[in-house]
Amino acid sequence: MSVTTVVLAGVGGQGTILAGDVLAKVAVAEGHDVKLSEVHGMAQRGGSVDTVVRFGDRVFSPVVDLGGADHLIAFEIIEAARKVPYLAPSGRLVVNRRLVAPLPVLIGDLPEPEDLEPALAAHGAVFLDAEALACEAGSPRSANIVLLGAASYGLPFAEETWRSIIAGRVPPATVEANLRAFDLGRNACAEGVCAL
Amino acid sequence: MQRTLMSGNEAAARGAWEAGVAVGVGYPGTPSTEVLENLVRYDDVRCEWAPNEKVAAEVAGGVSLGGRRALVTMKHVGLNVAADPLFTQAYTGVGGGLVYFVADDPGMHSSQNEQDTRNYAAASRIPVLEPSDSQEALQFMRLAFELSERFDVPVIVRSTTRVSHSKSLVSAGEPTEPPRSRYASDPQKYVMLPGNARARRVDLERRLDDVRAWAETWSENRVEMRDTTLGVVTSGACYQYVREALPQASVLKLGMTAPLPEALVLEFTSRVEKVAVVEELDPYLSLRLQGLGVRLETNGLGKPGELSPTAIAGAFGLQTPPVRAAIEGLPPRPPLMCPGCPHRGVFHALAKMKAVVTGDIGCYTLAALPPLKAMDTCVCMGASIGMGHGMELANSTDRPIVAVIGDSTFAHSGLTGLLHAAYSQGTGTIVILDNRTTAMTGHQGNPVSGKGIGGREAPAVDLEALCRALGAATVRTVDPNDLKATLSVLKEETGADHLSVVIAKAPCALLIKERKDPYAVDEELCTKCAACVRLGCPAISRDEAKRAVIDIALCIGCGQCVQVCRYDAIVPSGAACDIGGGR
Repeated sequence: MSVTTVVLAGVGGQGTILAGDVLAKVAVAEGHDVKLSEVHGMAQRGGSVDTVVRFGDRVFSPVVDLGGADHLIAFEIIEAARKVPYLAPSGRLVVNRRLVAPLPVLIGDLPEPEDLEPALAAHGAVFLDAEALACEAGSPRSANIVLLGAASYGLPFAEETWRSIIAGRVPPATVEANLRAFDLGRNACAEGVCAL
Repeated sequence: MQRTLMSGNEAAARGAWEAGVAVGVGYPGTPSTEVLENLVRYDDVRCEWAPNEKVAAEVAGGVSLGGRRALVTMKHVGLNVAADPLFTQAYTGVGGGLVYFVADDPGMHSSQNEQDTRNYAAASRIPVLEPSDSQEALQFMRLAFELSERFDVPVIVRSTTRVSHSKSLVSAGEPTEPPRSRYASDPQKYVMLPGNARARRVDLERRLDDVRAWAETWSENRVEMRDTTLGVVTSGACYQYVREALPQASVLKLGMTAPLPEALVLEFTSRVEKVAVVEELDPYLSLRLQGLGVRLETNGLGKPGELSPTAIAGAFGLQTPPVRAAIEGLPPRPPLMCPGCPHRGVFHALAKMKAVVTGDIGCYTLAALPPLKAMDTCVCMGASIGMGHGMELANSTDRPIVAVIGDSTFAHSGLTGLLHAAYSQGTGTIVILDNRTTAMTGHQGNPVSGKGIGGREAPAVDLEALCRALGAATVRTVDPNDLKATLSVLKEETGADHLSVVIAKAPCALLIKERKDPYAVDEELCTKCAACVRLGCPAISRDEAKRAVIDIALCIGCGQCVQVCRYDAIVPSGAACDIGGGR
């Protein structure tokens, strides 16, 4: 079997590292060889961040190349647009509609980019509102797990594996809310309600 | 066998523990920091953050002298600082195993330069092991201690960002109990007076020859014969990229790149039609293979930055996947100071004063970026103070000159700069940003903060007394969140004809557990002047009508923006954020 590459792209502080950790553990639990890479340090201070998870029979490189992401799960819409060149020809794109304005936009040096949704839809993006679904699940901080739920719909892992790894990885008091968040993200993709 | 996901740094820590390391010591630096942060979790290992890498290397040298195994950790630029003990430790050799874990950062994800630690290994005549994934990080770390003792020489385990910060599956081993002996003095081995050093210099060559002979048959200097049209010589993370990009190629995967197993290299290269080297950073292997008379295929890979499988495939003429066109017009997303960061208050004042700011290494280097644009230099740890003094000597500007340095960086290598400025009768102004932590690398303790490794209690140096003792004529402490007081103190001290230290003391915004109530903008009063926006706080943006807006989920109530608003338009929002704490 070949190697599958998943990229979780977002902004420092959005929880991509925890989400990547859950995904990697799910892949391990299902018997795959797995590699995960992420960047620490300066980049985490509110900059663009991404976590790459690759799984398969034998994984060599931990990094993703342009055109190499089978799944691009964007936690933020500008980062989704920025990472489009990483998406493989048949790659699947899931986008959280949330826009986090970068500093040049906040201070008015650059305009907020417009028409990102149609530009991303042209790459087959499915959209969801992870923060709204997270609130619905009962924990505003579970947006990353909502997005994992959305990612899970296209990945070859059993739902039970996801649920047990999530339950073991999030703070005990938030297990219920996070599992609901996972369901809401997964169902959103399953039902197609997140399509444009 | 149970296999678990571990980062390279976690696995290296595990390997050191399994090897029975007694002491781990280092200075934090991305991408090396997590080795000690993981090692300290093993109760039977003593771990310490040192003020700098030189001290760390000397502490580790002392542990080794005492017959116990010692690990010293740092990033690539840290080895510049530790190079002094390193070169002579090669001569003295070791008692207990002495291992340097050094992490290079190709592509400069979080560094001011690119350096190839293999050059240090060759220059200091110290063996270097290069793991290519987490499993090897564990195994090579264990082995490094054995080799160090067997061949009486320190050993460097060289990692890179993609080895240290990638996770892969690891089969852990069992801890071992290394031999222990009582200390016995041996001045001919350890007192490097010229007479002793000359003998050890000759002996070092003998020891290196022994290592090289061992390396010729070590299983992890591994020949993988496949198609013999192309043979690739590689090491570390590049091995993984080569296997992915060139699955048919024969490979010589070097686990040890100094000293080079020359006979093995020549045997491998004689078995393939064409030979290529794939390596990041410097042409370390390329130059040595050429020195052995091996003719290398040119592949155009020797560029700055990181390699990747696609870059390698492209260099060898293989097809690479089609790439979608980038979406144009996206704003960049540079890293930035956090909401409520106390550094912002200092740089806001310095920008107002149009000061020439010689800067240093830490989160505060981000002040060089818009909108503050309040830093003129960033070179290396501690450089701010010496460079500020040098600017004063150059006498080429009427603007005030201010050196700005963090608390941890000051302890690392600012002390000697201040001592020099005082001794040389400088009249400059030095700001120490005392945010009570080493923030950039993930909040490690330091000698100023009163926190030790793993958050343990530790004595805190009296920073004011220290600066006075080093010779500062005045030492004043200000709260950087008080913009008016900060500006006024900085104006007074830059105008004074003496050497002064201003300590801007307020905790890192990420350490504040109890946030103050967030602020909000009164729409009626906001004149859209954007003075608050120019602080560059990520909690402040502008709405469609160009009025300022504060994101209450991000605001921690530092109050800096309240002070820059001349129209009293920034007011308490009335209630603490209750939507889950924002960040």
